[in-house]
Amino acid sequence: MEEQEIQTTPLITEEKEPSSLKLILALGIAGLISGVILVGTFIYTDPLIKANKAAATQRAIFKVLEGCESFTTLTLENDKLIEKVVNPDKEEKNDKNELLVYAGYNANKELIGFAIPGSEPGFQDIIGTIFGYDGTKKVIIGFEVLESKETPGLGDKIFKDADFQTNFTALAVEPEIIPVKKGEKQNPNEVETIAGATISSKAVVRLLNKTMAIWQKTIDDYIKENDLNIAEKDE
Amino acid sequence: MNEIEEKSKAAQEFLKGLWKENPIFVSVLGMCPALAVTNTAINSLAMGLATTFVLLCSSILVSLLKSIIPKQVRITAYIIIIATFVTVVDFGLAAFTPAIHKELGAFIALIVVNCLILGRQEAFASKNSVGLSILDALGMSVGFTFAMLCIGMPREILGSGSLFNIPLFGDSFEPWVVMILPPGGFFMLGFLLLGFNWYAQRKKVLKVKST
Repeated sequence: MEEQEIQTTPLITEEKEPSSLKLILALGIAGLISGVILVGTFIYTDPLIKANKAAATQRAIFKVLEGCESFTTLTLENDKLIEKVVNPDKEEKNDKNELLVYAGYNANKELIGFAIPGSEPGFQDIIGTIFGYDGTKKVIIGFEVLESKETPGLGDKIFKDADFQTNFTALAVEPEIIPVKKGEKQNPNEVETIAGATISSKAVVRLLNKTMAIWQKTIDDYIKENDLNIAEKDE
Repeated sequence: MNEIEEKSKAAQEFLKGLWKENPIFVSVLGMCPALAVTNTAINSLAMGLATTFVLLCSSILVSLLKSIIPKQVRITAYIIIIATFVTVVDFGLAAFTPAIHKELGAFIALIVVNCLILGRQEAFASKNSVGLSILDALGMSVGFTFAMLCIGMPREILGSGSLFNIPLFGDSFEPWVVMILPPGGFFMLGFLLLGFNWYAQRKKVLKVKST
């Protein structure tokens, strides 16, 4: 400590008030250097970050739709689902406000279900998820959390707790999904919440109900219109 | 003689951050990350390393530019420099280690307001050579990371029954959930500060007695 103070004194005494121009210039240069570094970093890391996100989404789609081998991206236009033409040059226009679902196909190119992204405020921040939906049986067949800041050890059980995950193997979405206490599940449309993480569990239920309210009709129409059948799983 | 003195001074600049002027246990700086992200050992370590990078890069740049930056706008200039490197860390973690970026979340951006970093620029890097500033930054960073782990490891062991995500106890262990919640951070920090001050006090008393 003492050594520092000895060195500081000569620096301060010699200085005179600099002109405003010099101050502006100094900060301007600092801003410029900072800007150059940031733009450089952004240009370098942006494609990597986007690739990470796309890879995470893709992994999640394959996970929530068991047996999925390929998928197409569908987007909502005039209340109808149409296949989105993926143009690699225009990838960055894929913003969060765009409503997307993914139709997953098995090895024989038969439709096995839809992967639907949805988000909802949880205990601390938005929980971003993607879940698998079987359009003919009207059940949710898989659930995966993409983004969450839920409390470690409590709220994060929504994606770490194996018991909670079993809720989403054949969860009926009609008439609506209802949260119940652990061990009290009787009907196919009930979700057993996690003790100590009721808010996070209920947020998941709310998320599923809300997202299904947006998509269910459109997906039904899409299946009818294209005369599709969800392939039966080989047990 | 001079050379030896210089060497010992350099060693001192490095070592003081580890113990004598430890940023968390002695200066009590950087409390936001010390309390908020130390719920697992991995998070503590990642936060420590991210802070190390920012502190080191900012110290080098501030030390290099110390003669150009006018005194009146120095804090603004330091903040611009620090914020730049924090953003670099933010992008870098998102690009190369998305899992850790997901865990640390909003806390990365908050490194900007970590008093430890601004404090070192103002107290040291802006008055010393680049070499000494690097040593000072490294010493402080190692001390900070060490302190983060001191808080983070017991919290994870008690609160989740694991260390670096490796389960330590069988299923029969009932985790002390409070330890991974915010109050756990205060408890742990309180205990460590208690221990630290008790030790320092005892050393002082012994010294007085012996003389």
